[in-house]
Amino acid sequence: MSIRSEITTLFEEVARDQQRQLVPLRDETKLLESGLDSLSFALIAARLEESMGFNPFDTADEFPVTFGDFIRLYESQTQSS
Amino acid sequence: MTLWESLFRENGRPAGALETAERTVSCATLASASCLAGKLDALRGRNVVVGVQSQLTAGLLLIELDGIARRMVICPPGTAREHLSYVLQTSECDVWIGDGDPSLEPAGKLLRLEASELPIPCAVKRERQLDSEWVLLTSGTTGVPKLVRHTLSSLLNFIDAAGPRTTWSTFYDIRRYGGLQIFLRALLGGSLVLSSPNESTEAFIERAAAHHVSHISGTPSHWRKALMSGAADRFAPAYVRLSGEIADQGILDGLRAAFPSALVAHAFASTEAGVAFEVEDGLSGFPDTLVGERRHGVELDVSGGTLRIRSPGNALGYLGDVPALRDSDGFVNTGDRLDLRDGRYHFMGRTGGVINVGGLKVHPEEVEAVINAHPAVRVSLVKARRNPITGAVVTADVVLETQVSGAADPAREQTVRQEILVACRASLAAHKVPALIHFVPSLAVSPSGKLVRPNA
Repeated sequence: MSIRSEITTLFEEVARDQQRQLVPLRDETKLLESGLDSLSFALIAARLEESMGFNPFDTADEFPVTFGDFIRLYESQTQSS
Repeated sequence: MTLWESLFRENGRPAGALETAERTVSCATLASASCLAGKLDALRGRNVVVGVQSQLTAGLLLIELDGIARRMVICPPGTAREHLSYVLQTSECDVWIGDGDPSLEPAGKLLRLEASELPIPCAVKRERQLDSEWVLLTSGTTGVPKLVRHTLSSLLNFIDAAGPRTTWSTFYDIRRYGGLQIFLRALLGGSLVLSSPNESTEAFIERAAAHHVSHISGTPSHWRKALMSGAADRFAPAYVRLSGEIADQGILDGLRAAFPSALVAHAFASTEAGVAFEVEDGLSGFPDTLVGERRHGVELDVSGGTLRIRSPGNALGYLGDVPALRDSDGFVNTGDRLDLRDGRYHFMGRTGGVINVGGLKVHPEEVEAVINAHPAVRVSLVKARRNPITGAVVTADVVLETQVSGAADPAREQTVRQEILVACRASLAAHKVPALIHFVPSLAVSPSGKLVRPNA
């Protein structure tokens, strides 16, 4: 499964678990307007760290703002590692 | 000196104001207006609960009541109604100040006053009567709040005399310790732009920028959300402050990149211990040279591996039948474990395993009790896992009954995992539900028969 589809699936799963209304995800969708809250993003980051084995926030230059930023954050670390 | 006297002493008229998204209220208004018009006199020497919903009204009431009430109990937003009778009884309060919504009021025989959201013109007589006690609520082990006694003097301990006029803002509600510190700082030296519970992070930051906020505080979790909002590039504060959770290097670097012209400072403070120190070098942890210094009379002790603080900013104590706040040396033990590396102390989590999820406390035992109630679970251990968004999340290691005798069964584990999560979501707040559940063959038990906790 590609990183993009893994992350998309995870957004949908966490939204369902947290009973939050997720907007259709596009690259330009702002994370804070996606319908998810901070705890949801924390859960997503925790599960991605579990499945991918790394946490890209530690070495990132800046925090992701859009869904596209979020995916690139994980993709870039996979390519560089 | 009361807060009122501090505000009105110079030239008789304070220049500061409290600002919300809808309105600005000048502190000077209170010279001839009150949110308790005509009723303030009745509160002299009494113990009152400030239970209003509006943050603005609560702030105005604190200015009005300090020096009048003997004790003010400050209810933060979201205080559960079922805890109010405990709060009233423990604090010996017989006056409730609300904003008129009976569904949020406690039961029982009380003097009930309805505060107006904004001050109403009336004659205001201020005679200094007494040093009021300020009582703040923090979350206790079982969810019942702890009542922490301060005075204006202990709250002001770390706050320097007013410097140049400053416009402050904070992501905190001013009814929590971190927000109250900013409220007092701002009032004594300028104005305060209040956050609003219904406002997006982006809208709040844009409003702060529009109101020329130069100094702003929040928890690392508030700040991570601010950076994720994309609004940071429209705001250029001079001073960015973090407190309430441990500031890691990632968020400090993120803020320095987002606000290149700002001084990024992180402070250590707790409701019980007060403000212990501020660090302005952009690095996480704190330099060991702070131990032994006595800035603002604050003594730090790290000899036992945890941070202990003895300070004029310490709370006076708890109200109610709970363990003492200070140890026999007069220190408040924060429970934060420290590790000294290269001349710098780093925070390593808390004793007792208390987990801080985005500023909200989680007691592992409370979560374990829910997990252990599942018939397939033999025992569980709940612990913190570092997280880039909320600082930490809750995880659980679970030993199943069947694992004792047989091999792991992935399908069954998945079923039990889902059942545990359903049970946790049904009875726990969302931040207490484990983010990850791992099934393990066994858990370490100490010679005294207790689970070995990673941070104990």
